Amino acid sequence: MDLIERLLNKDKRAVARLITMAESHDPKVIEVIKKLYYKTGHAHVIGITGPPGTGKSTLTDKLVKALRKEGKSVGIILVDPTSPFTGGAILGDRIRMNDLSTDPGVFIRSMATRGHLGGLTKAVKTAVRILEIYEVDYIFIETVGVGQSEIDIVRNVDTTVMVLMPGSGDDIQALKAGVMEIGDIFVINKADREGAQRTKLEIEMMLDYGNLDWRPPVEKIVAIENKNIDKLLEIVKEHKNYLQQTRNLQKRRAQNLKHEVMDLIYQKVIDSIFDSSENEKKMNRLVEKVMTKDMDPYSATELALEEMDLKKIGHNK
Amino acid sequence: MMDRPIRVLVAKPGLDGHDRGAKVMARAFRDAGMEVIYTGLRQTPEQIVNAAIQEDVDVLAISILSGAHNTLLPRVVRLLKEEEIEDMLVIGGGVIPNEDIPRLKEQGISEIFTSGTPTSIAIEYIKENCRHVLR
Repeated sequence: MDLIERLLNKDKRAVARLITMAESHDPKVIEVIKKLYYKTGHAHVIGITGPPGTGKSTLTDKLVKALRKEGKSVGIILVDPTSPFTGGAILGDRIRMNDLSTDPGVFIRSMATRGHLGGLTKAVKTAVRILEIYEVDYIFIETVGVGQSEIDIVRNVDTTVMVLMPGSGDDIQALKAGVMEIGDIFVINKADREGAQRTKLEIEMMLDYGNLDWRPPVEKIVAIENKNIDKLLEIVKEHKNYLQQTRNLQKRRAQNLKHEVMDLIYQKVIDSIFDSSENEKKMNRLVEKVMTKDMDPYSATELALEEMDLKKIGHNK
Repeated sequence: MMDRPIRVLVAKPGLDGHDRGAKVMARAFRDAGMEVIYTGLRQTPEQIVNAAIQEDVDVLAISILSGAHNTLLPRVVRLLKEEEIEDMLVIGGGVIPNEDIPRLKEQGISEIFTSGTPTSIAIEYIKENCRHVLR
């Protein structure tokens, strides 16, 4: 049986193998998605992001368990960083969700960033589509622990949950212009610790500056004790309803698709230029001239684009 | 399949609270350029096999220090067979007496690395047996 048939028959091994292929840029997986693209778009995709150690995995585990009680099926993608030195990675988020491993209604996959910056990995979009075709109701994407500018998540999901913890107070100042802008919902996890209310207030104050038609709620929870998880799930659903009723869901998804198509074009153009050794030779000659100051980088770029054979772009497989 | 990192699941089955060995191995595999999924302590064979399937790993590395290797290792292999998984390398490590090793190998464990084995030996073994990945 081929992979398409096995995927349609809800075979977890086919899902797993297709994600592996997506990670290694196997063109066969693109053919599979092309054929089954009409089946995508039905799952609500939730991003879980936040600084390291705030409890993203534990929170994901509890939210998924709450959804399982309602009989919803869930796909989970957990991203951890690849070592820039060895190319290896330790993917440890599953430790927090071992009970879900044997649940037939849940599929969990750990992915390494493989050099991609931005908090996710390049293959994440393809992985989401494979899970959508596998027909899950919800998809969770957990990012690597983020600092200030890893905001790829927002281009890949419908609802972004930003997970913080007490004492992140001072950090919030620093985070203001980056990741703090992407949360649709803010969570103060480990709220049994000192300073939770203060952190909540600081975030509320920051959000009050904004003028948005969806004012992100700020919820205090204790994920490990399952405290306020049901309430958080309600807020996630409220956001889902808000997106649907205001047509913001289509808007958001259209915007994300536009970015994706632009990225794909960009990648194709770059690949087709540098796949040709002829073009690479030309470029190397120009770089040498820049090195010896016979030419400046700007003129070299203009000349390169004039000389390179760009006609075949997009026709390469 | 194109060139990609070898994926390894490092698993600790049963009632065994000591995972320093497993963690040392996980780090050694990572430093050798592999992607290591570590699932933590006290896993059932069912949990391990389900995780291995979803993660599509090339290698399942099981660490046991509790003495239950004669029960747990063959159980994992049997579950893999039931799922018709034949292309996964299963290796074991930990406190395992030499006289138990031949029987474990008969039952489908590819190799056993007893305590004290240098990490490089296990890494070499995996690389040698995962050539299909590194084509």
